[in-house]
Amino acid sequence: MLTLLKDLRRLRRRIDLPQPGHGRSLAIRHVDAGSCNGCEHELTLLSSPDYDLGRFGLGIVASPRHADVLLVAGAVTSRMREPLLVAYNAMPEPRRVVALGDCALGCNVLGSADDIVGPLEGVLPVDLRIPGCPPTPAAIAAALLGLIDG
Amino acid sequence: MSYRERIAAALADGWHFAGLHASSDGRLVRTLLADGRGATRLETTEADEGVVPSIVDLAPAAGWDEREAHDLQRIRFDGHEPLRPLVDHERLHDRWVPVRGADAYDVAVGPIHAGVIESGHFRFHLVGDRILHVDAQLFYKHRGLERAAEGATFEGGLAYVSRACAACAVANGVAYAHACEETLGLVPTAELARARTILLELERMWSHLNDIAAVCAGVGLAAGNTSFAALVERARRLNATLTGHRFLFGTVAVGGSTLTLDADAVRHARTEIAGLREASSRSWRELLFNASFQDRLPDIGVVSAAESRRLGAVGPAARASGLVEDARIGSARLAYDGFDPVLPHRAVGDVRARVEQRALELLQTFTLLEELLDRPVGTANAQPGAEELAIGIGRVESPRGATSCIVERSGDRVERLRLRTGSYANWPVVARAAADNLLPDFPLINKSFELCYACVDR
Repeated sequence: MLTLLKDLRRLRRRIDLPQPGHGRSLAIRHVDAGSCNGCEHELTLLSSPDYDLGRFGLGIVASPRHADVLLVAGAVTSRMREPLLVAYNAMPEPRRVVALGDCALGCNVLGSADDIVGPLEGVLPVDLRIPGCPPTPAAIAAALLGLIDG
Repeated sequence: MSYRERIAAALADGWHFAGLHASSDGRLVRTLLADGRGATRLETTEADEGVVPSIVDLAPAAGWDEREAHDLQRIRFDGHEPLRPLVDHERLHDRWVPVRGADAYDVAVGPIHAGVIESGHFRFHLVGDRILHVDAQLFYKHRGLERAAEGATFEGGLAYVSRACAACAVANGVAYAHACEETLGLVPTAELARARTILLELERMWSHLNDIAAVCAGVGLAAGNTSFAALVERARRLNATLTGHRFLFGTVAVGGSTLTLDADAVRHARTEIAGLREASSRSWRELLFNASFQDRLPDIGVVSAAESRRLGAVGPAARASGLVEDARIGSARLAYDGFDPVLPHRAVGDVRARVEQRALELLQTFTLLEELLDRPVGTANAQPGAEELAIGIGRVESPRGATSCIVERSGDRVERLRLRTGSYANWPVVARAAADNLLPDFPLINKSFELCYACVDR
């Protein structure tokens, strides 16, 4: 495993991100409300060595009870509306809702009208919008770091 | 011969079930068959007052397709008992297999999961930690994409299949383009076949790297996970450099291709692919010699070759069970001449075989890409060369297995679209793989398949 760890150290590049304030953190709960899985695939890479958002105090948490931010991707299907509201209502105050990707923003959404209740802002109050189809890991990172300092 | 007799005769003749759908008016039911060597055919029957004989006893792989046609087009399948809802979430009370037996209890998980995972619900029947049965309740992400695509132009319908799923965007798009071109009597030129094959293998490259990273995450091996995740990032950056999009969105078109790669671009691609080959081989060797990782993989989530065949498994999951099943074989519309799928040394259908399968296929994908990118790529078109048809079929090997797209045509519009992806075929196989295993092993078993929800739910 030593070789792997050496490789990783070499891989960890500095990317062009705003410097976060000291000693701050943000706990994020992600919900897929009917995405194409593109936003999820890019979000997963935020913990890869090129971005490694853990070093800025950002982490994905397993429960909405532990979360500061609800990060929602997808068109919001009629079937995901209820589970999404349950997750939101389980969060402690203060809480923020972030719309991740064009579908959550209601841009160019494909589907049948009775199967989709989105965009997200019709279901929950949205504090931050991250456009893109899907947004790149760098764009997601920059937006979330802005939230931590905001 | 009756519909059932025709299906039974075809299966006895070596054809495999490859999909079933109902026409949008619910009058016809069509079964897609594939011979495993590139040929496909449809067997169609009329629904008599909405009733069609079930073929689920002949081809258990038809189970989900019949349940879907029941939920969406109201077809009743005589002999499919119980015909439980699949897409329909209104009748959830009929949905579950009842929990029976001493000390048996159930555990419900999802639709929202603990990590960055797509939404879907699983219900486990357990005794202690031992899984007796698992029901996957998907379709939380159902967007009605097939229905929304009805009436679209051939070009307009493309978005509905390619945006159904980011991880299969190219495979779905090419399957759809092939189906449309078949109805239009168009045949791809060699250059068009090459451009699409390059895109398909670029998609497989990042996807297989991602799958190995996911299995490392599934056993909690952070070093393995992050080293392969870094390679996923590198592969997606290559996609963006070559095509302008990290997931290759917008690269597939009906009737042609606009992908252009000049001499510098193909040289850069070959250099990056060689770098990815070297780095992934090195990381894979590290995994091979990591005893605590290797100890977690064998003998769990086993699916035998016979079970894989019976349940209609496709893709790396089928090949890891020892089946020579790959839609790249005999794929006349793509540049896979002489393609021969690799199988792992120990093709016993467990988690280890499925992980090893990805590593072996990656090497094959690197080689295919190096060969296909030996010269610049230019725009290309499909040429008239066959008669026009009312129905077109496209069948393409996605990273998760054979994906079929059927386009029923009305004039110059799409009348009915059916997309049956590799993930759709393999979800019932995941459920079979999980039975008899321990609940804490389910995430690992699930990750060894690494199926999409988005293109299943549509």
